[in-house]
Amino acid sequence: MSTPLLTVEDLRIALAGERTYDAVENVSFEIGRGEAFGLVGESGCGKSITALALMGLLRRPLSLAGGRIVLDGQEIQHATPAEMRRLRGERIAMIFQEPMTALNPLSPVGKQIAEMFVLHQGANWSEAMDRAEEALRQVRVPSPERRIKDYPHQLSGGMRQRVMIAIALACGPELLIADEPTTALDVTVQAEIIDLMAELCAAKGTAILMISHDLGLVANMCQRVAVMYAGRIVEAQVAEAIFAAPRHPYTQGLVNSLPRLGERSRHGRQRLREISGVVPSIATYPAGCRFNPRCAAVTDICRQIAPEITPLPADGLVRCHHHG
Amino acid sequence: MDSCGATIMADALLALDELAVHFTVGSVFSGGVKTLRAVDGVTLDVKPGECLGLVGESGCGKSTLALAIMGLVPPTAGAVALDGRDLKARDRLETARTVQMVFQDPYASLNPRQSVRRTLADPLRLQGVTNRTEVDQRVMDMLAKVGLRPEHAGRYPHEFSGGQRQRIGIARALILQPKLVICDEPVSALDVSIRAQIINLLLELKDEMGLAYIMISHDLGVVEHVSDRVAVMYLGRIVEQGGWQEIFENPRHPYTRALIAAIPDPFHRAAATARAKAKGEIASALNPPSGCHFHPRCPLKAERCVTEVPALEAVAAGHRAACHFRERTY
Amino acid sequence: MKWGTNTWVGGGLVGLALAVAILAPWLALTHPVMDANLMNAELPPSWEFPFGTDAQGRDIYSRVLYGARISLTVGVVSQTCNSLIGVTLGLTAGYWGGWWDDVVSGLTNLMLAIPSLVFALAIMAILGPGLVSLVIALGLTSWSYSCRIARAQVLSLKSQGYVQAAHILGYGDLRIMFTQVLPNILGPLIVIATLGMGGAILAEAALSFLGLGIRPPFPSWGSMLSEARDQINTAPWLSVFPGLAIFFTVLGLNLLGDGLRDILDPQSTTRRT
Repeated sequence: MSTPLLTVEDLRIALAGERTYDAVENVSFEIGRGEAFGLVGESGCGKSITALALMGLLRRPLSLAGGRIVLDGQEIQHATPAEMRRLRGERIAMIFQEPMTALNPLSPVGKQIAEMFVLHQGANWSEAMDRAEEALRQVRVPSPERRIKDYPHQLSGGMRQRVMIAIALACGPELLIADEPTTALDVTVQAEIIDLMAELCAAKGTAILMISHDLGLVANMCQRVAVMYAGRIVEAQVAEAIFAAPRHPYTQGLVNSLPRLGERSRHGRQRLREISGVVPSIATYPAGCRFNPRCAAVTDICRQIAPEITPLPADGLVRCHHHG
Repeated sequence: MDSCGATIMADALLALDELAVHFTVGSVFSGGVKTLRAVDGVTLDVKPGECLGLVGESGCGKSTLALAIMGLVPPTAGAVALDGRDLKARDRLETARTVQMVFQDPYASLNPRQSVRRTLADPLRLQGVTNRTEVDQRVMDMLAKVGLRPEHAGRYPHEFSGGQRQRIGIARALILQPKLVICDEPVSALDVSIRAQIINLLLELKDEMGLAYIMISHDLGVVEHVSDRVAVMYLGRIVEQGGWQEIFENPRHPYTRALIAAIPDPFHRAAATARAKAKGEIASALNPPSGCHFHPRCPLKAERCVTEVPALEAVAAGHRAACHFRERTY
Repeated sequence: MKWGTNTWVGGGLVGLALAVAILAPWLALTHPVMDANLMNAELPPSWEFPFGTDAQGRDIYSRVLYGARISLTVGVVSQTCNSLIGVTLGLTAGYWGGWWDDVVSGLTNLMLAIPSLVFALAIMAILGPGLVSLVIALGLTSWSYSCRIARAQVLSLKSQGYVQAAHILGYGDLRIMFTQVLPNILGPLIVIATLGMGGAILAEAALSFLGLGIRPPFPSWGSMLSEARDQINTAPWLSVFPGLAIFFTVLGLNLLGDGLRDILDPQSTTRRT
């Protein structure tokens, strides 16, 4: 069993406001080489800022307040900005939800891909442009020789996301972080982009950290999945288990609350099992278990004491006093 | 017997007859005038109390269709008939009592400067309900129906969460007791863990108030759950329509099959449905492909598809598909 | 709701100017026009004449106080007129679009191409000098900014859900414009209004300086500056005090405008991240 590519241990991210809040707390997970790992949660749960922390992109009022980030045996949580700049693009890359804002609207897409080769690998421009065209071909953009001259606004959403993937994978990073990469895309295009990402990363041996609010999408694409709620990881299991046998009431709620294709044919229309309440804002995180106000199985201990992590078989874990 | 023709039109709450909404885009100076065929010949009906699911991705025209049904956008051709009478012949206030809409973005669909009470009471006053007690009573009733409390009436939108705002939007849509409600992606902008609450609420209100819905969504799971009948749109045209079970268990149009195949299913991780997936990008509605709009992406594409527009014809009782290969079973 | 420094300082200055204008008869030491004593001509500031006297021997302090009335009247009335014209045109042009929008946009472009002061000058030349013509001239020539901003705001709001919802609920166009759209675009319009008031006061000063605004012997800050033109070196107090009065009043209006805009910002724009 080789050492994992990325180890995150007890990560803590602080948010400075009227007082200092713990936006993310006690987050630990590992990603193996070439593995697809999913991080699931709703808006505000801290999944995106966890990704930013890995990339060294946290800005005030957010800051890294504790924990270790180990990339291939090397601790990087205290890396200098110059060191992080070298890491980004070469060893860790990231793609975002809105390619329109992540791409430079004033620069042709071919140039933006070629920049990666010039900056990180010292290629000259003409060589870099050739490689950019090849990169576009790899992400299955039709007529890449013409597309390299296009500006981002001339491309559709799916195309722009392919360009982002090309830029991210240009220098062969070991880890690709994808933050809601398909949320803004149509369903049929989404399926293609996910397939493309999975295929390219498998071919190059790149590990993926897939961040999304869509549990089904993540469970389908990844080998292991972790679920975050209000800044903490509440459950982590292999993908099939997360869906088939979720252990944390929140995960159970998510899995059971959304209608799945085929359910109505099998069981007739059932009233969807709701999760009551609303996602808490960071200033109003409840004491004890942060899910307690919404949990159907809540007891007194849940309201007072934050649950510890209980390990589950196959490197899983659950954070619940009653892990049922 | 196929459900089309005058017999159904008579008792349909909403009847669209070859509805077309075209926009002219551009000018002589910027590359010529083009026609955007947002809605391109849609014939559809909705019966009282039924829920029609309208499925499609961006550019399919479902939002424009909703606006045309509401009378917010004038049809270029064809007719919209509500309760048997053409939309044009009805006055605004009367239409307001018949058809209403729930919007997608709860953060943009409420007037930030109006209290909840005013947002709900003004439409009643416009309709001529002058008795203050009656207005107050109806406002409070509606708030209770959507799961809000009386003290919420005096508050402003920014004091509520996304889910609560959507409830207020639903209350506003129902305060005039319409017969048909168009729900345009009512849960897409909400947190995943509260979507179930809103879907359940919409279904409860439908039964309680005897409403008909047009549920527009790109989320097939939601559509399957709530709809009685489903229509699938692509680039301005209906490519398949029928009962919910027929559509989801026996889809006859390659686009419908592609939509279903695109849904990630954690239990069947092998890409057995890969053959059903659609290739490439959705074409632009400004310059749609000839013949069948879907042919550039279709796994079944043949010569015929490029030149001949397939008609929306029956494959089974109440089930129609616009594909030259509609008879083919998979 | 926190009222920032802007609102307090700005409001304070404007309030002071208003108070001075209203209370001038009680605060002044002499009559601004009648009490002219050539024996007291061009005296520097002293206990008897806090701001000194002008060439006619009139107390500058009292004239500055009464001058506030004219400047504020010009500022408020002409800007109100501009705002009414501009907002009505912009609101309707943005909302209805079509040929009306084309007409209004064309007019606005025309107005923006001509420097408003020049336009005002032209009108003054026809109407002759005096307070009324000044207010009319200034009130008809600076509406383009409010119009343009109002129109842009309406265009961006038109597609908001609640405007569409109002349509669907049977609201008429005018009702939608005034109850749904207008309250939500007030912020920037208020800033423009307060800036405009400051601008009108400055314009009055400029026009009076050119001899076209308020004619002597009536005290307006601008005409006082005009009369003091030649004595800037020998009797600086003749220009300094009216100048400071203009400066603080316009500054106050600008700060107040900024502060009001912040207060009126719809809190609904704060979304959960």
